[in-house]
Amino acid sequence: MMNAVTLPIVNAARQISTLWKENIIKPITRSDNFVPDCKFEHTLEKAEIDVSGLNVSIKGKLILKDINLKIPEKKITCIIGPSGCGKSTLLKTFNRLIDSTEGIHVEGKVQLGTNDIINTQGNALTEMRRHIGLINQRPCPLPMSIYDNIAYGCKINGIHNRHMLDKIVEHYLKAVGLWDEIKNRLHTPASRLSIGQQQRLCLARSLAVEPEFILADESTSALDPISSKIIEELFVRLKEQYSIIMVTHTLRQALRIADYVVFMYLGEVIEAGDAQTVFHSPQEELTKNYLSGAFS
Amino acid sequence: MKWKFIEERIFRVLMHCSLWIVFGFLVSIIYTIFQRGCKILTWKMITTLPGGGFYIGGEGGFLNAIVGSLYIVGASTILGLLISIPIVFYLNIYLSSKSKFGYVIRLAYDILFGIPSIVYGAFAFSIMIYFGLRASLLGGIIVITLLIIPIFVRSMDEVAKTIPHEILDTSYSLGATKWETVGVMMRQIAPGIATATLLSIGRAIGDAAGVMFTAGFSDRIPESLSQPTATLPLSVFFQLSSPFPEVQNRAYGAAVVLTIIVLILSLSGRFITKYFSKNKI
Repeated sequence: MMNAVTLPIVNAARQISTLWKENIIKPITRSDNFVPDCKFEHTLEKAEIDVSGLNVSIKGKLILKDINLKIPEKKITCIIGPSGCGKSTLLKTFNRLIDSTEGIHVEGKVQLGTNDIINTQGNALTEMRRHIGLINQRPCPLPMSIYDNIAYGCKINGIHNRHMLDKIVEHYLKAVGLWDEIKNRLHTPASRLSIGQQQRLCLARSLAVEPEFILADESTSALDPISSKIIEELFVRLKEQYSIIMVTHTLRQALRIADYVVFMYLGEVIEAGDAQTVFHSPQEELTKNYLSGAFS
Repeated sequence: MKWKFIEERIFRVLMHCSLWIVFGFLVSIIYTIFQRGCKILTWKMITTLPGGGFYIGGEGGFLNAIVGSLYIVGASTILGLLISIPIVFYLNIYLSSKSKFGYVIRLAYDILFGIPSIVYGAFAFSIMIYFGLRASLLGGIIVITLLIIPIFVRSMDEVAKTIPHEILDTSYSLGATKWETVGVMMRQIAPGIATATLLSIGRAIGDAAGVMFTAGFSDRIPESLSQPTATLPLSVFFQLSSPFPEVQNRAYGAAVVLTIIVLILSLSGRFITKYFSKNKI
């Protein structure tokens, strides 16, 4: 009796709450045999990041100077350079989390496909951020259970069906190789996982909203060598489907996995290009010095 | 012995001293109240209303004050939470951490925090006179709500400020709006909300000055919001100010009840806090 009354109300509330997000979910999601990794509409034709004439200053101090870059799709791009050269700032400009920095001023153009990232505002910005996943330096699980961590992104983007969420959680935990380790404790707090597992959980959480790009800000630097290797291998596997931009301090790591390398120094892009070319026959003197370990 | 080890020992002893002084006070207060109150306290006193001449040694109990206090504390805690949680979220999610407006708001709440409750009482009383209202349960609830909102806001705000920025960034990067991020923040500061509630309840239930003018005093249990109501601290006060020793002793009985209520609330608060912090990062 109770159900008969409450169910329509709950359903109606859900309908209303998902109303404005409905358009990004594919119709197929509403049937039973849906595939967990193509549930959202992808409007972007070409997932390439194109940066031109980008200047970023914080409180009048120029942090990034005239950056011109083309970051290729479905490749691992490593941004290397000494500490404080603006690598993380550049990364944060791509998903506009830089907006929360005090006294920020951004000039220039950053394009994701045909979308202008810098001039996107309001709701469109929120929508756009979904296309660009973020993996922090230190793993940052949300204060909820393992299951809810993965499901959170889907829920806020309008998927509430329990059956679908179950499938999604399983799919993405398998994608990062966590499923077998934690399938029996999906509803325990995510903070109880080890650091390495947490980082993989964060990766799975990002993947679950089907981003085109994944930004990894020194994502392995807080991890032990084994966990760090697992993450690296995952990135190599994931580049078939996603474009990955990775900021790293470890040259050897860049050497191992990068397809494309951007070398930055004091807020400028010194050299960018194919990993083979940059690593084995760098054009600039600074790059040569950095690669040979003259400074770091 | 080297000086640095002597130094270590001296400061440790000093810290122990402070600790035991405070603990000693607590024990002596509880001992005095229970020692004098338990002798006099009977089940009948808790479950009956004051009879005629209760304050000059007549028969009866102080059920009116127990129920009145619970009414006021319960209602004002709920109201206070409803008002202060949005304030905390607005300060921490919608405003940037360096915002001037946020600074002014926090300063204002710090000042409100420090204002004595008698001033709240007098302020509310003057407003009630202006509108022609009598001392009532509603008046008491409103004053106590005003009194505890600063405590709620400041203590929750301190917890909210410590939330790692990465958590909010993570939520935004998944395509969440600020409002959806509030949900994430809520889980992280849940233990803080529980602690703030405990602090507020402690202040609300023990406050006598604020409710003196606004809630008035009555020997009956209020049946509507517009009727005056008794509260435990005021009941203790009126009994203590009686010239009769047996009535004064009864005040300790009421104090025991007040202490036990506070004790039960804080212990249950501890358990609730523990339950809510299981997901905290």
